[in-house]
Amino acid sequence: MSENKSWYKKGLRDGIPIALGYFAVAFTLGIAASKAGLSAFEAGLAAALTNASAGGYAGFTLIAASAGYIEMALTELIVNARYLLMSCALSQKLAPETPLIHRLLIAFDVTDEIFGISVSVTGTLNPFYNYGAMTVAIPGWTLGTVFGVITGNILPVSLVSALGVGLYGMFLAIIIPPARKNKVIAAVVTISMAMSFAFSKLPVISELSSGIRVIILTVVISLAAALLFPVKEDTDAA
Amino acid sequence: MQHNTYIYIFIMAAVTLLIRVLPLTLIRKRITNITLRSFLYYVPYVTLAVMTFPAILEATGSIWSGLAALVAGCLLAFFGVSLFGVAVCSCVVVFVIELIIL
Repeated sequence: MSENKSWYKKGLRDGIPIALGYFAVAFTLGIAASKAGLSAFEAGLAAALTNASAGGYAGFTLIAASAGYIEMALTELIVNARYLLMSCALSQKLAPETPLIHRLLIAFDVTDEIFGISVSVTGTLNPFYNYGAMTVAIPGWTLGTVFGVITGNILPVSLVSALGVGLYGMFLAIIIPPARKNKVIAAVVTISMAMSFAFSKLPVISELSSGIRVIILTVVISLAAALLFPVKEDTDAA
Repeated sequence: MQHNTYIYIFIMAAVTLLIRVLPLTLIRKRITNITLRSFLYYVPYVTLAVMTFPAILEATGSIWSGLAALVAGCLLAFFGVSLFGVAVCSCVVVFVIELIIL
């Protein structure tokens, strides 16, 4: 049991930069929510229940447009489809005998960032690591949204701008060290960034939402890498 | 037609949760297919790389502070600085550069 406790603490520690970044990002989400006419409570509820940036933003935009419920469901499905891939990858990181309740609780907060840190732990994933990260990340996300609705532009723009980049710094800290050790991963990372850049500039393709571009690129590049450079040994760094 | 905000929020939450819950609860065993295993092995690297660039250039007040954060983040991560360290240093780099140029 003390192992669970130490994993929980580790998750808490790694969750702090995530919570801070979330606060900044969610703050801007809160501003979008208030423009859509949501109260601070409604926006905070949506944030706490979804824990999704693009999904939240798309949802508030649809609420503002008074869109249909089916359109809402389909949009959320597409914008959040990358979580399906992340959740598949995480399922391989858990011990097969992990009970259902732990799987449900982890699933509740599979975000880009928490996926990133939990998939990069050595060996199998202890659910308590996620719980530690969630303990700070969910309040960070929710409070950020609520403050965004209430206070609008109280934080100086320069501070919001600086905080917003923290999430990307974290992504880099996750992908660069393995890329240093493994040439295939280095190539995959480089190609991913190059194609992502191209996709954001090319006509027609750049019109697609960023969520859909992420899905297309993830499936195509990961599949190509899997076919060209299959991972033979049972590495734990999945 | 009048829509209820709480029904909207419920739909957002339900769809998002199902997407996350289904794979984690349905895939109980170790996947043995090598191609599928390899695919899932590469997914996090591709997803995170794709989401970082070029979005990091647009996340800040200026493309130059974003670029500086990218370079600083890559270098620090390359030399083994912790997750927290890289995240905080990226923010500081952006803050300082924007103080100078904006």
